Amino acid sequence: MGQREGAVGLTTHAPQAAQAVTLPTTLDEAVAALAAMPAAVPVAGGTDLMTAVNSGQLRPAALVGLGRISEIRGWQYQDGHALLGAGLTHARMGRPDFAALIPALAAAARAAGPPQIRNAGTLGGNIASAAPTGDALPVLAALEATLIIAGPDGARREMPVSHLLAGMEMLRAGELIGYVRVPLLHAPQVFLKATGRTGPGRAMASVSLVLDPARRGVRCAVGAIAPMPLRPLEAEQWVASLIDWDNGRAIVPEALSAFGEYVAAACIPDAAPAEDGSVPQLPPAVLHLRRTVAALARRALGRALS
Amino acid sequence: MSNDAATAEAAGTDEATPVPEPIPHGLGASLPPADARAKTEGTFPYAADLWAEGLLWAAVLRSPHPHARIVSIDTTHAREMPGVRAVVTHEDVPGVPLHGRGGRADRPVFASEAVRHHGEPIAAVAADHPDTARMAAAAVIVEYEVLDPVTDPEQAFEAEPLHPDGNLIRHIPLRHGDPEATGEVVVEGLYRIGRQDPAPIGAEAGLAVPRPDGGVELYLASTDPHADRDTAASCYGLSPDQVKIVVTGVPGATADREDQGFQLPLGLLALKTGCPVKLTATREESFLGHVHRHPTLLRYRHHADAEGRVVKVEAQILLDAGAYADTSSDALAAAVAFACGPYVVPNAFIEGWAVRTNNPPSGHVRGEGAMQVCAAYEAQMDKVAKKLGLDPAEVRLRNVLATGDVLPTGQTVTCPAPVAELLQAVRDFPLPALPKDTPEDEWLLPGGPEGAGEPAAVRRGVGYGIGMVHMLGAEGADEVSTATVKVQDGVATVLCAAVETGQGFTTLARQIVQDVLGVDEVQVAPVDTDQPPAGAGCRSRHTWVSGGAVERAAKMVRTQLLQPLAHQFGMSTELLQIADGKITSYDGVLSTTVAEALDGKELWATAQCRPHPTEPLDEAGQGDAFVGMAFCAIRAVVDVDIEIGSVRVVELAVAQDVGRVLNPAQLTARIEAGVTQGVGIALTENLRTPRGLIRHPDLTGYALPTALDTPDIRIVKLVEERDVVAPFGAKAVSAAPVVASPAAVASAVRAATGRPVNRLPIRPQAAVVTGN
Repeated sequence: MGQREGAVGLTTHAPQAAQAVTLPTTLDEAVAALAAMPAAVPVAGGTDLMTAVNSGQLRPAALVGLGRISEIRGWQYQDGHALLGAGLTHARMGRPDFAALIPALAAAARAAGPPQIRNAGTLGGNIASAAPTGDALPVLAALEATLIIAGPDGARREMPVSHLLAGMEMLRAGELIGYVRVPLLHAPQVFLKATGRTGPGRAMASVSLVLDPARRGVRCAVGAIAPMPLRPLEAEQWVASLIDWDNGRAIVPEALSAFGEYVAAACIPDAAPAEDGSVPQLPPAVLHLRRTVAALARRALGRALS
Repeated sequence: MSNDAATAEAAGTDEATPVPEPIPHGLGASLPPADARAKTEGTFPYAADLWAEGLLWAAVLRSPHPHARIVSIDTTHAREMPGVRAVVTHEDVPGVPLHGRGGRADRPVFASEAVRHHGEPIAAVAADHPDTARMAAAAVIVEYEVLDPVTDPEQAFEAEPLHPDGNLIRHIPLRHGDPEATGEVVVEGLYRIGRQDPAPIGAEAGLAVPRPDGGVELYLASTDPHADRDTAASCYGLSPDQVKIVVTGVPGATADREDQGFQLPLGLLALKTGCPVKLTATREESFLGHVHRHPTLLRYRHHADAEGRVVKVEAQILLDAGAYADTSSDALAAAVAFACGPYVVPNAFIEGWAVRTNNPPSGHVRGEGAMQVCAAYEAQMDKVAKKLGLDPAEVRLRNVLATGDVLPTGQTVTCPAPVAELLQAVRDFPLPALPKDTPEDEWLLPGGPEGAGEPAAVRRGVGYGIGMVHMLGAEGADEVSTATVKVQDGVATVLCAAVETGQGFTTLARQIVQDVLGVDEVQVAPVDTDQPPAGAGCRSRHTWVSGGAVERAAKMVRTQLLQPLAHQFGMSTELLQIADGKITSYDGVLSTTVAEALDGKELWATAQCRPHPTEPLDEAGQGDAFVGMAFCAIRAVVDVDIEIGSVRVVELAVAQDVGRVLNPAQLTARIEAGVTQGVGIALTENLRTPRGLIRHPDLTGYALPTALDTPDIRIVKLVEERDVVAPFGAKAVSAAPVVASPAAVASAVRAATGRPVNRLPIRPQAAVVTGN
């Protein structure tokens, strides 16, 4: 039938190298496995890890697979908060039931890449990789999420997500991110991302904005433009004071674009003045980034308040 | 797809069992590829899947610097590592140490004194495990004296020679018409085209097996096996018959896909160790190794009269060839010859240069040269239209080329050139509806689903691009192909060294033989260099030369088959017909089957196809350099978020000059693929090389179009005006859409934003409209 065989006389199989893989079923077993084999590398979705393996930058001596730890694959409720398992996949977080709880995190999860990546990649992995373009990170920063870290002998400690992302605190040897605690705010939340393309891509800039009606607060974080998400605290406080919280969260339209400019200028400040007092012009690419952040922040606030 | 696969399987069954639906066969039918099922199911073997007993793994050490002098290479540590079987450097090349495509052997097999680009091979290792091989390659100690790289092609003229052959690879000063001619309006522009990588979906891989006679067999996804064999033989100091290349499945080739920098070491290591040696490139190595599209700088000045007719074009075209010449000379010829586009331009003064830099080497990627100039001349046509307040399509229509017109090279266009018809077809096609009637959450805005798109900030634009490409090699290249057709027991076999690169040649060969010999079952033999050469699988040449050779051979077999019958019945063979395995005479007196007529014999014939010769461009850029040309008009509709600068291509309407449709399904697929590759150039594909270093050599950093980036592609019209000199009258289809679509997208973004859009890919900041 005219099929052209690829080649003749040669078989097509390849050898499999043996590798120590542990598949614990509880968080404590996983921590114990890591303690027993200090050279082992934990792997959840593997979307970042396998890139390093494939490019030859990493050859782990052993792996501890986290995929069978059912306790971290779902979430539970805890006095006004959700306790999210670190093994939640982006695909799971993108579904409507999750979106009803934490809309911004669901939006970030849906934007986090093509379906294959979202099916594998996990929340905990996104935090542990701490890539500047990690889509969940600005959302967690805006939500002021807390990490619950599992350590040896059943130890648990807590750490604000921003501390880990800023490098103020580190994971110690043998520790794993077990859960992420986020407040349930029952108010609009937005995640917006600019990629420069229509298909899935890494963020050039992203903005997450959440409303906290109980505390009459607006919290906003800008992702991808710095090594960690940036919080424009002054802009948040300023705009929160302009919102009429008791009257359908109304705001004067001019405040939206002013907020956008405020956030952008806070995250991408002007260059320091030269000695003669003149302010050097930012390079065009940086100016574009600043404009993008301003547009994203303005749109995010507009959508949250609409 | 399941239908196609089922049909493919049905077509392959041995018995001619009656099937309810007629199986498509012959020219003009949408015959599915025979290997579609295997490829879909992942059982089709590619080079990376091959395995031989006792094989060793190879790794190539590549230069981390774009420009350096090599002080010393010390392989002692690498050789002493356990598991390492051989380390080769420039000292181990027994034959000619230089190679290069396009007749310019200026590229060392291994760098010896200098490295001229990031990723240049320096040494190669064979070891018993791929990790060992990579570690050993990393353990080769190379002492470099790092030099300043020349990465700006404009600096190449003044810079110290980077190579004994100098920095100027080719200069074509085309002069045509009256230099003093002027027009009432003058528009100027400076345009930059980025570096597109062909990014084949399967990275390079190969297996070399030493032969007892001292030769070597190479299993490679080569697209030009005979040329690669000759290069390998001269490098190994062997005669060509001692080297055999067996072509494996080709996982994607829109360019000269194979990097000889890994092919040549593979065979060297096999010869040195006496063992089979395999290499599977990582995605990073693939980006470092193979050639890219020429980044190009273009400066244009168009003179037009008050009606918008172009009077004169002055242009300077600078191709960045990278460190080695490769096929840059051909790309420059196409760029200069088509610098004015498919328009009648009485006076043209085009200076083209291809220069050497320390950037990664550029080479053949489909539509080379023609694509870059198309983006520029179409931008110029938009500027003429804007300056005169005319409709951009109207300005183009006032200038279009037709059969009988003369190109700036002095060549008369003798083939069909239905440019006006193509442009009118896309212009008059209804525009896509605005999404105002669909629910807002279903809108696909720039930025994509879950993106930041805001309907109030989105502007729609419509633009045009008309591309032209030449078919086959140009400037006197000897384009020849040979094919053998055999028939026995009602089954025909085609032997032809034309490589199936995904262009559909094997399917076409089956269709041709089905048509001529009336047999349904046609097998196409695997390609190796024991067959006579068929040339490279590029520039859309196999449909023409190899298809032509297959047709001729099949016709010779047909004559052999029918001659005795015709003689027996006292009629000429022309009065006999073959269809569905049966031979009938015009009057119905004779009726027999092909199998009976064969009577157990095997009939075969070998034929060649060689198109009419061409001539090189002379010192004024004049000459009949091309065998034929193909044209494509595209209308792009884009949505632009003018605050963020994100662009979504909504629709591309394509009208193409195809000569004759040989396989409608395959043709559609080729046009869609070409258009999509063009969308990549227009919006996202640019391999960045700051200071000569390739950045982000992976498919996350190098953004290929995904399904969401790909617009609706409407094939509005296929003009079937047969090219009388081409076999079957068919024209090349793959390259023309690649050439036209980036220009069309840029033109549409220009219309949406009013910005000049002088650079491809279009960066978001170039598509932003600022209020002040």
